[in-house]
Amino acid sequence: MGFEIGRTGIGRISRREALMLGAGAAGSALLAPYMMLPAQAADHPALGTYPEGSSGDSVFVGIAVPRTGTYAAQGEDEIKGYELAIEHLNNGSELMSKISSNIKKGVLGKQVKYGIADNEAKPNTAVQAQSRFISENKAVMITGSVSSAVAVAINKLAQKEKVIYLPCISGSNDTTGKDCTRYSFRECFYAQTAAQAIAPILVKNIGKGKKIAFLTPDYTYGHTVRQSMEEALGKQGEWTVATNQISPLGTTDFSTYLLNVANSGADVIVNINFGRDAVLSIKQAKQFGILDKMTLVMPYNTPFIAEQVDPDTMAGVYAGTDYWWTLANDEKYPLAKMFNDAFSAKYGSNPEWGANAAYMQIAMWADAVERAGSFYPPDVIAAYEKGVEIQSTVGPVKFRPEDHQLIRPVIIVKGKKAADMKGKDDFYDIVEVVDGGPLMQAPDAFGCKLGDAA
Amino acid sequence: MVATPELGTDLLSWANFISQMFNGLVLGVLLALISSGLTIIYGTLGVLNLAHGAMFMLGGYAGYAAYQATGSYTIAVIAGTLFVGIVGIVMERGIIRHFYSRPQEDQILVTFGVGIVFVELVRHFFGSLALNVPAPGWASGITSLGFMIYPTYRLAVVGIVAIALVVLYIVLYRTRLGLIVRAGIEDAGMVDALGIDVYGVFMIVFGIGAMAAGFAGIVNAPVAPITPDIGEAILVQTFVVVVIGGVGSFPGAVLGGLIAGEILSLTSMINPSYSQVMLFAVMTLVLVVSPRGLLGSQGRE
Repeated sequence: MGFEIGRTGIGRISRREALMLGAGAAGSALLAPYMMLPAQAADHPALGTYPEGSSGDSVFVGIAVPRTGTYAAQGEDEIKGYELAIEHLNNGSELMSKISSNIKKGVLGKQVKYGIADNEAKPNTAVQAQSRFISENKAVMITGSVSSAVAVAINKLAQKEKVIYLPCISGSNDTTGKDCTRYSFRECFYAQTAAQAIAPILVKNIGKGKKIAFLTPDYTYGHTVRQSMEEALGKQGEWTVATNQISPLGTTDFSTYLLNVANSGADVIVNINFGRDAVLSIKQAKQFGILDKMTLVMPYNTPFIAEQVDPDTMAGVYAGTDYWWTLANDEKYPLAKMFNDAFSAKYGSNPEWGANAAYMQIAMWADAVERAGSFYPPDVIAAYEKGVEIQSTVGPVKFRPEDHQLIRPVIIVKGKKAADMKGKDDFYDIVEVVDGGPLMQAPDAFGCKLGDAA
Repeated sequence: MVATPELGTDLLSWANFISQMFNGLVLGVLLALISSGLTIIYGTLGVLNLAHGAMFMLGGYAGYAAYQATGSYTIAVIAGTLFVGIVGIVMERGIIRHFYSRPQEDQILVTFGVGIVFVELVRHFFGSLALNVPAPGWASGITSLGFMIYPTYRLAVVGIVAIALVVLYIVLYRTRLGLIVRAGIEDAGMVDALGIDVYGVFMIVFGIGAMAAGFAGIVNAPVAPITPDIGEAILVQTFVVVVIGGVGSFPGAVLGGLIAGEILSLTSMINPSYSQVMLFAVMTLVLVVSPRGLLGSQGRE
């Protein structure tokens, strides 16, 4: 391992040294990072699960995702991404070292152990599960979410407990906006960015002056996506709102909402529902004859929706997503190919975007801890906040220090007819990979105040 | 921009009103059937069965298993209904009958507990992901009613459930068993004193009540997919229906079901998130005006 560090060059090590050690420890500049650790640990006060959580030869990561209810399928996909990433970390892998040359075998030489809990997509359950991982297992990092309501709740827990939290699927503007915290770092984009990315494509392909029927799940994700879409489509295409049908998370019968949509005079359905809610609302919209009259749009594409609904219903539907596996066909994304190959070798199918987000979150955390040279949370946060560019499955990305939001592209896809699919899982054409950075609002536009690291 | 799209005031059109009225009927007949099962059990046995929602769920899963095995919708419906009927009878013999003489709180707790056990068992064997039972071939597809397009199967549900309600009516009002049941609702002690094995009847009533829920569960499965927790929301609505209609009254359950279905549907024209609130508001109003519900009898205390 030491040889690999040498290869990255003296300059990088010196920078890390300057960050981590200060003048007194400059003499250790040529040592590998994990050899500095014992000296390091003594310099920091106890904070959160530090130093207890990292005093042995392994560290623990708490994973809580929904395994029951509306978002269960997406939660299981995340688990696959986490398990693959942790396996790659513990055994060393080419993909991990391509993502960042800082990533070695283990994290700071320690094996990563993990526990998985069912958060039922409910904030209370999630807080209980992660609190247990923190108090009983001394987790050095906690991760996982499909519901943004969970993500913002764990954001606050992480800040209170001083343990790093990495949301997985979470589309709300609040996650790194109004409810951001110093201890949380989001991989997937803002609803605002997604709306800015998909709006011009919708206006170009569907036309100007359309009337929208929103199907909105009744929590932070639904409301912020609806707001961002309404603004972007209004401004860019003079689209107006015919109706906004707000349903509780976990609705199984959408008939009353859909009858309202059918009688609203809308041209386009913007369906913000996710998980099973998305599957059922689309299937039922078809049964009520609505999809024959109105164009369906999915600002956030739910993993597995095309196979669960059926490709022909989703054919021609524009959708925004974090990752789609056929990105690997473009040689600009070599890591996507490596990720797909490793994933399908282990699980026999292609990864969805929940798995990709999970994998990248683990990889970027390992990179940050290695650069910090310590598990001491303020050091890890400082390493994240340097905003160092890292290679990802969707090209180079970096964190924005002011709101802990990853600057990354938005991928716009369009559903394919079953007859046009080349092999299984080939449900979408990639319409455009939109650069997310220029579309992002100012870091404080949604009221993000990060709070303190220590 | 429409000024207040959330309120959907622009949806107050005749076309939407008729569509929602019709949809309310579909929701209502299903609630009517489930509620009549709950109400005859409570009326006869005096036991508030909090596992009734779980019975509804079990019907869906038993039907799903039968459908997987045979591919036949008809067999799925029969299997789902019979299975839940048997579960009801076993539950009555094994557990409920030991609670007839115990306080009502104990009955509520034991049925609540049994419901949780059913839900978790199903979760263990079938998993938490939603499962689908497709509509039968003759009822799949969509039907244009002129003023609206409606899924054919949902239309069929109205007919199927109406038949089930008629069968239940005949059993309760045109048979000797029904006579005993209705007498039992009025005064179980007197029926017992007349030398009728009232406990044997209790067992059958519990089975019939469970079957009504199980039948509704499998018939509803093609409308909305089944999940282990599907019975929870249904249970709450069913209680509201029983209270509106009058506890222990079969006609009351049917009337209450239809009223509840219309409330849920029509309120959603204004704002769907108010529909549950409106349901409880109407229940409260009914209780103020007529404490025994719309068609509640003077009988059981």
